[in-house]
Amino acid sequence: MMTLSKENFEIKREPDVILYRNRAKELAAKIGMSLVGQTKLITAASELVRNMLRYAEGGTGIIEVVVRNNIKGIRLTFADKGPGIKDLKLAMQDGFSTGRSLGLGLPGAKRLSNEFDIKSEPGKGTTVTIIRWKNGL
Amino acid sequence: MDRIPILKMGEFLLVTIQVDLYDRLALTLESDLMNMVSRTEAKGVLIDISSVSIVDSFMGRILGNIASMSKIMDAETVVVGMQPAVAITLVELGLTLSGVHTALDVEMGMELLRNKIGPKPNEEEDLYDDII
Repeated sequence: MMTLSKENFEIKREPDVILYRNRAKELAAKIGMSLVGQTKLITAASELVRNMLRYAEGGTGIIEVVVRNNIKGIRLTFADKGPGIKDLKLAMQDGFSTGRSLGLGLPGAKRLSNEFDIKSEPGKGTTVTIIRWKNGL
Repeated sequence: MDRIPILKMGEFLLVTIQVDLYDRLALTLESDLMNMVSRTEAKGVLIDISSVSIVDSFMGRILGNIASMSKIMDAETVVVGMQPAVAITLVELGLTLSGVHTALDVEMGMELLRNKIGPKPNEEEDLYDDII
């Protein structure tokens, strides 16, 4: 996989989310992703950014245009230095939440992405990476 | 602070969301709407989301909350104008928006609200006359 472009965003407050979402959508449209694909991508982003703000007081959001086997895609990374997630398996279950939400954030974001990766270490932080490919339906 | 305007139209309240919401803005809309329902004794709330390009789990929960709170305050809620891509995404996300009435556009939403709250008292009298 090759990275064609990379942009970093500091996300500290809710309005930062909109800026990040809009840029991700713009780039997704530019590589020719369908409207449904764009919508799934930014909805997943919205869930993951909210987690960062709620549980880790913000973090860094990265937007990359990547290419693999001649197919372009958007890779989003969300990295925080928050408390981390104790039980990843539990956190990935539908309906599980420690924050009295619907518990759709992580599993929902995974369903909306073509590729999903999460790494978390208690006390050190969490990094989530998702990819949606241009032809990812 | 940013606010979403709420219009009063007869016994209904009309909200057109023209911007992408962030959480604080959605929560403000929720409480503004409930205050308006109480103050104006509105019988219905119509929320147009045709300009909204993203509904995530938080926004979905707020829509559900507005519907259940309105219900407790004797008002019906209809959400209209959801974009197809947003609907597809919502279902995949795992959100069903249960308890929220929906319609395709504002016109059909208004019609649905009128049916939900039933005929006005004087219309009911006319009906009675017909039966006699």
